[in-house]
Amino acid sequence: VDIGWYLVLSAFIFCIGATGVLTRRSPLVILICLELMLNGANLALAAFARMTGTADGQVFALIVMIVAACEVVIGLGLIVAMFRNRLPMDVDEMSELKG
Amino acid sequence: MSATTYGWLVLAFPLAGSIVVALAWRSLPGRAAGLIGSAAIGLAFLNAIAALIQLQGEPAEERILTSSLWDYAVTSGVDVKLGILIDPLAVFMALVVSGVSFLIHVYSVAYMESDRGYRRYFSYLNFFVFSMLLLVLAGNFVILIIGWAFVGFASYALISFWYRRRTATAAGMKAFVINVVGDVGLVLAAILLQRDTGALDFPTAFERAPEVFTPNGWPIVAICLLIMVGAFAKSAQIPLHTWLPDAMEGPTPVSALIHAATMVTAGVYLIARTFPLFELAPTAADISAAIGVLTFLFAASVALVVTDLKRIIAYSTISQIGYMIAGVSIAAYGAGLFHLMTHAFFKALMFMAAGSVIAAMAGSQNIDRMSGLRRAMPLTFVGFLIAALALGAFPGFSGYYSKDEILALAAERGGGYWWIYIAGTLGALLTAIYAFRMVFRCFFGPACPEARELEQGHLHHAEPANPITGEPEDTDVGYPGPEHHIAEREFSMAVPMVLLAVLSVIGGVVQIPEVTHVIESFLEPTFEESRFAGLEISGGIEALALIVGAISSLLGIGIAYVLWIESPGTTVDLARRLPRLHGFLEHKWYFDELYDLAFVRPARALGKGASGVFERVVIQGMVGGTTAAVRMGNSLVRVAQSGLLRYYALLLLVGVGGLALYFLVVSS
Repeated sequence: VDIGWYLVLSAFIFCIGATGVLTRRSPLVILICLELMLNGANLALAAFARMTGTADGQVFALIVMIVAACEVVIGLGLIVAMFRNRLPMDVDEMSELKG
Repeated sequence: MSATTYGWLVLAFPLAGSIVVALAWRSLPGRAAGLIGSAAIGLAFLNAIAALIQLQGEPAEERILTSSLWDYAVTSGVDVKLGILIDPLAVFMALVVSGVSFLIHVYSVAYMESDRGYRRYFSYLNFFVFSMLLLVLAGNFVILIIGWAFVGFASYALISFWYRRRTATAAGMKAFVINVVGDVGLVLAAILLQRDTGALDFPTAFERAPEVFTPNGWPIVAICLLIMVGAFAKSAQIPLHTWLPDAMEGPTPVSALIHAATMVTAGVYLIARTFPLFELAPTAADISAAIGVLTFLFAASVALVVTDLKRIIAYSTISQIGYMIAGVSIAAYGAGLFHLMTHAFFKALMFMAAGSVIAAMAGSQNIDRMSGLRRAMPLTFVGFLIAALALGAFPGFSGYYSKDEILALAAERGGGYWWIYIAGTLGALLTAIYAFRMVFRCFFGPACPEARELEQGHLHHAEPANPITGEPEDTDVGYPGPEHHIAEREFSMAVPMVLLAVLSVIGGVVQIPEVTHVIESFLEPTFEESRFAGLEISGGIEALALIVGAISSLLGIGIAYVLWIESPGTTVDLARRLPRLHGFLEHKWYFDELYDLAFVRPARALGKGASGVFERVVIQGMVGGTTAAVRMGNSLVRVAQSGLLRYYALLLLVGVGGLALYFLVVSS
């Protein structure tokens, strides 16, 4: 299959994620959309690795997964903390740090 | 051990004493601090004697020794060592300073006993002696200036010793400011000397000076004038004398030690030490002599009308130092330093006796309130009388020989120097009058209430108050202590007075014209390079000086007797009939008023202008402008900080997307 298809799919997934991040207000959904963006990028990396025939892209994809795992841990931790403190589940309302 | 080792020990003991008393003050009971302090100075004195013996053991041409512990500041062209110079002049000064200091420490052990600041007092006093010894033993200008500044600080600390007295702290500041004026002069002189001779240590600089400077050229005259500024500030000569009378706010032993016997003679020492420079600049030396003459006449005239006992003695000190300055300026080095020594003896004695009198008067210093203390305080009376006789140059007493030798040398140099002789004789007459004014008014006449109380065996007690302004005080720390001590009842006050009285009487025998010349020959190695080293006073002038000196002294005592014993009230009459003259003298020739007009008021007006105009317009404009600019800037940036997470995410995306597009466009 031509690499173009993979890249189109990857860009599509990335854009869905980005749109989600920009439009949704629930922190949980934003976190899921972030994962989508990361995985869109991963797909592109894997596709390039396949194209060049080297392992560089796969290594990058692995590192992105590790970063994603860390990010999820912290993000979910934050969300749990927000639930515990009965904070509103809405990122627009959590805007006290404005200048 | 060599003489220089003893020289270092002379410095080490007072410093150690000061530090020990300062650090261990909490655990020093009773008089322990006083004993430690006195012992430290006593040891310094013994080491000075040892240095003297060592030095006398050397052949005459090898009696100038230097020693340094380490390099103090060495860079290109500048070579300053932490070094001392041991020569006859330095040893002579060290002996006078440590010897008189030791006696005054012993006196203070009892005199200051009830003061709450007893240990602080001795720490300061030891530090002063260390600084003064550093000054006289210094081997180069830098160490000299360090000692010079330390002495100024010690003087400030001791004048303001009773720090809750507003008058005392103001006097301390005045002394410090004027001393700093002198420091600046001295530092500038050292800089100029370094520039021209390339050396700051005394022997090298003096050796090169004749090669570098043309005699009486402006650089050497400028250097000498700057040195004179330093010397005059420390030695309270016109026009920098105004601090010394106010310095009498300090405890009386401090006045005896610092403001009579030692520190104020530093200027005399400095001129004697830098004599090779002054001999290259006769103009500067003559100006210095003229100022000395003016000062001793001025101070003697003021001493005639002042009514504060300690201030009379302060003016007397200014006057006597004027003699010394005039002496060393006309190359009468031996005579000037001889007078320095005898003056240290009799003036310290006079202050000790005055301290005892003030204690008997429960702190009052006004001679209008004193009279007839003779029978109540026999020891103090005899001490004061001997000091007054020596001060008034009564024939046979120490002051007689030392003062007349200065005047005889002035006459011997002839020409314009005869004026110094004439003025000096007039000054001697005035000196005898004011010296005996104090004696007759304090000790003769009907006994005042305090004296009668003391005759019945009870020391007068008064509510503590400021002796100048009369403000009520308490006796806690920062004010004088509750108990007063008089020499008749305190062994450790009586002993130094007796010793000094003996020295005041017989101190002159070391240098009786035509008979002995101990000082002159001892100091010879230091001054042998002097152009005037061979100047001998001819027999005729010597005899004339001695006879005229004796006559002026006796005449002065006679006038004082007539004025204050035979027909008391004459002086009040005179003051009423000559109000202008009396006012002129009472206001001390209006020097303080003049300085107030010339310096204090302009400075105050400048300050007011600065706070009113400069501060309000320029400074506040700058401050307000800066804050306004910052505020405007941040109001622009604040818009971006909305606190909305999604907004930040959008900005990030747009930013990264924009960058990616940009690079795409650029790379294609």
